[in-house]
Amino acid sequence: MSTAKKQPMGFIENFDLYAPKLVEKEEFFTSGHRACQGCGEALAIRLMCKALGKDTVIANATGCMEVISSVYPTTAWRLPWIHVAFPNAAAVGSGVEAGLKALQRKGRIPDRRVKTVAIGGDGGTVDIGFQALSGAMERGHDLLYVCFDNEAYMNTGIQRSGATPFGASTTTAPAGEASFGNKTGKKNVAEIMVAHNVPYVATACHSYPLDFMNKVKKARKVKGPSYIHCLSVCPTGWRVPSEACIKMGRLAVETGVFPLYEVENGKYRLTIETPEKLRPVNDYLKLQGRFRHLSPDQIQMFQDRVNLEYSKLMNKVKHSRSWLDM
Amino acid sequence: MSKRIGMEIAFAAAEAVALCRPDVIAAYPITPNTHIPEHLSDIVAEGRLDAEFICVESEHSALSACAGASGTGARVFTATSSQGLLYMQEVMPIVSAMRLPIVMAIGNRAISGPINIWNDHSDIMVQRDMGWVSLFSANGQETVDMVVQAFKIAEHRDVMLPVNVNLDGFQLTHVVEPIWMPDQQEIDRFLPPYEPYASLHPDHPLSMGTLGLPEIYNEVMMARNTALMNSKKVILDIWKEWETLFGRRYEPIESYKSEGAEVLLLTMGSMGETAEVAIDELRREGIAAGLLKLKLWRPFPFEELREAVAGTKVVAVADRACSIGGPGGPLFAEVRSALYGEPERPIVVNFMIGLGGRDVMVEDFKKMIKKAARAKHVRAECAYEIYGVRGS
Amino acid sequence: MTEKKWPETWQEVNPGCIVFTPGSARSYLTGGWRAQKPIWDNTKCIKCGICYLFCPEGCITEDAEGYFAADLNYCKGCGICMHECWPRAIKMVEEG
Repeated sequence: MSTAKKQPMGFIENFDLYAPKLVEKEEFFTSGHRACQGCGEALAIRLMCKALGKDTVIANATGCMEVISSVYPTTAWRLPWIHVAFPNAAAVGSGVEAGLKALQRKGRIPDRRVKTVAIGGDGGTVDIGFQALSGAMERGHDLLYVCFDNEAYMNTGIQRSGATPFGASTTTAPAGEASFGNKTGKKNVAEIMVAHNVPYVATACHSYPLDFMNKVKKARKVKGPSYIHCLSVCPTGWRVPSEACIKMGRLAVETGVFPLYEVENGKYRLTIETPEKLRPVNDYLKLQGRFRHLSPDQIQMFQDRVNLEYSKLMNKVKHSRSWLDM
Repeated sequence: MSKRIGMEIAFAAAEAVALCRPDVIAAYPITPNTHIPEHLSDIVAEGRLDAEFICVESEHSALSACAGASGTGARVFTATSSQGLLYMQEVMPIVSAMRLPIVMAIGNRAISGPINIWNDHSDIMVQRDMGWVSLFSANGQETVDMVVQAFKIAEHRDVMLPVNVNLDGFQLTHVVEPIWMPDQQEIDRFLPPYEPYASLHPDHPLSMGTLGLPEIYNEVMMARNTALMNSKKVILDIWKEWETLFGRRYEPIESYKSEGAEVLLLTMGSMGETAEVAIDELRREGIAAGLLKLKLWRPFPFEELREAVAGTKVVAVADRACSIGGPGGPLFAEVRSALYGEPERPIVVNFMIGLGGRDVMVEDFKKMIKKAARAKHVRAECAYEIYGVRGS
Repeated sequence: MTEKKWPETWQEVNPGCIVFTPGSARSYLTGGWRAQKPIWDNTKCIKCGICYLFCPEGCITEDAEGYFAADLNYCKGCGICMHECWPRAIKMVEEG
């Protein structure tokens, strides 16, 4: 894939201009779904399904995507899909994987590979679904788990989750006279997955669609557990105009707030070329209503946190070795 | 040819499950049912059963994994007790609503507060409204038989509901009994391979577990309730078939020496066997006492109950659970409600016994029946007692 | 599956509320949600396909000549296509 020349507006780096035309044309997540205008998560799901192809079964946790896509008697899904409850996408996915495995071995279903993919929002992955995710990854099922992270419990009205960033105002950790919003940083589930010895772990964002889709394709190939953490912009919850959805994802990456990397057998690698100097986080924060209340001091705290996390990551990128070489 | 064996009932239950050729087993350990999944994992490890055994990280995930596997068209099984059953409770009504034919063995154990690992029925009683078919076994043979029957009932196209088989923790799970164990050929003849109504596969994409708006939830509840009520017909047919094949008879309510009884004791689970001894002794003493043993809990056997108690003066209901602050023990409240519309009603009284694993002796049953014989029609809140409380 | 009228009777509801028709969400026309709609200026369009790729509804399709347009039955008017279009070939126009 060629790297595009820097465009006058500096919109997209490292992007093959005509690649969208080579992307799988079939829509496995159809229009008619009831997501908000400009929903980044719906876009991410649409792209993920294109990368997965038709030989996939989806196990979905309760959340925005489940609710907007499956209002009986309709469904936006053109893939086999199951939803059971909120905390158990990974457990249901484990069961689907085991069921398909047993049935294929016994000749009761056709003998070809069908990939099981469990998906959930940040709430259903980082908080209530954490136990099931950890169990499923530890047991080594041939299961891809994709977390669509819009950084709060959006479906129930923008409540704070373990993935809500520092300083964000949510309805259960709001900003006010006595508080600046969320007091802790984002739970780093990708790192936790690496600690589970998951052979393929990646972060992604729908604003870098080809990077995301390539990661999904790579994860699909793994004959074992894999994990992708996809930042999904929620214009409604982040208080940005709907048309800025893609731009916000880009800014998250360009400021180092959400770096895009993959970890293959323990070896860390950034997957898009980041500029030598990251943009200041304020470029990202000032455009979002959920950060509007932050003082310059608090923004500096945010910047310090981002710098620290980015240094930790770069340290791993520089020094990590593949487990296969150890 | 069935073989007569002596085996711990939990192990025998596992052997019976293995005969049914499950595809996926997902289970989490909890006393006292742990021997069931343990022995199943032995059978898989020995190569005697081709199944995926998932050592899930919690009971909630056990039932969730079963749901996922059942969705693909696999035959699935799990087992739990007490707190484990409460932990998976979120998924209990969901798998019933999704019409997934999951079979679960429950080693009945008291629910916590205080934590207690011994036998009573409080764990299954809080599952009354979950929409599962619920069977109660009184001994090892019934356990083995019911576990096999459960798969056929669950998977029947006119049922398509999950089934739980209840066996008393320790009283049954850890007890060695003589059991006629069917062989693989007999089971294969009785239980054909599972053909799902719908399954998850890319060759026919569908969506399971969709969202039900208020416009449709009501109608779904009607459909579910009707399905569970109508499953009784299928259960009776399958029990008839079982009697033909194996010579063992099952009915929703089994009566023991109930002809001409003035007091009928109603039990569920293994305490019924102890009660039989009490009835024998009472009859020898000249007291017209009889016993009813309830085997089918859900769907509730209205007709069979009315028939069984017709003409008797008093029904003494032995509950092994307490509906705290409610109108008596769960079984008592349901029996009273089921008989409310009858022009001729027996007096119904309630003894909550054996809670938290306390032993129920033959003498206790005799005392209860003698007390019940003197009972009058009283208000519901005066008709029940927690039996044998020190200090009262 | 035969077409059933909504809302269904209790006998008609699919067991388990299973939906057997994939993509049946297309019966719900989300186009009524929008306040503005995208208009393409094909003289500026470079046929890159970015608008098609970034549409959360997946309602932008390519025509025989390689130009793009939104299916107004579903377009929610979010403006992402307009915002991401390189040569500024898309304009959002207020609906009447």
